Amino acid sequence: MPAMTSVALTSPEAHTKRLPGDLAIWFFILAELLAFAVFFSAYAFARAKNVEMFNLYQQTLDRNLGALNTVLLITGSWFVVLAVQAAHRGDQKAISRNILLGWLCGGGFLTVKIIEYAAKFGAGISMSTNTFYMFYISLTFFHFMHVILGMVILTILWFQARKGVYGSHDANGLESGAAYWHMVDLLWIVLFPLVYVMR
Amino acid sequence: MIDFLKNSAHRAWLVLMVATGITWYLGEVGAAGTGAIVAMLAIAFVKGRLVILDFMELREAPLMWRVLLEGWLILVSSLILLAYWISLK
Repeated sequence: MPAMTSVALTSPEAHTKRLPGDLAIWFFILAELLAFAVFFSAYAFARAKNVEMFNLYQQTLDRNLGALNTVLLITGSWFVVLAVQAAHRGDQKAISRNILLGWLCGGGFLTVKIIEYAAKFGAGISMSTNTFYMFYISLTFFHFMHVILGMVILTILWFQARKGVYGSHDANGLESGAAYWHMVDLLWIVLFPLVYVMR
Repeated sequence: MIDFLKNSAHRAWLVLMVATGITWYLGEVGAAGTGAIVAMLAIAFVKGRLVILDFMELREAPLMWRVLLEGWLILVSSLILLAYWISLK
């Protein structure tokens, strides 16, 4: 899109380009993304060798719960963006409130995922059942662990926000944690269609 | 509603919700094959890009970081597309 690029380059804001949060968190995010890129590709190429089996067992997954979890993570991400926006305008109460709402969305995601796992494990499905379930369980569980870590980070951010650490003067720590939380969302946005829907 | 849409994060959230609904619907009607795969990957790409630009706020970030994150999205989508294309042959 050359037109858009030239507009962006000549806009008055062009000189204010900045990376939100700490540089280190972005390197960490990049490393995480690359690890998941390997897992996503491994799934897709393993499927290519065994399309019928993958398509058959994909039908047993609960797409409704997968979609509900997508809604929860995206909404959780959105609340955390609102927390960062609140920090930039110095609205202390809105910072902690939105972090809490984002955290609750994460909690909703974990609850839904546990319900989903309970149904699968209850039906006797495990990592060793077949290649599809091996990928389904390992990919979603690895992501599940990232949601937990994201919620630990949000908990820390909430306590810090309550102490008034973030505001228009400094939102760096909040932005770093927020970037990680959005990464968890970004990964699920690829994982959900790939494992639950695409066939 | 107009005020709501002035905030880029609100706009992104709205588009992400609609896009999630479309992917869910494609699953419900049992969409499969080349067209469905390309459509779902395209939707995931648009969603991922919105998260990168409007949630992670990389729209105004140094170009290198935009290229790295959007590049990751292009890489992942291309590899998935390649694997599915192989599976359709």
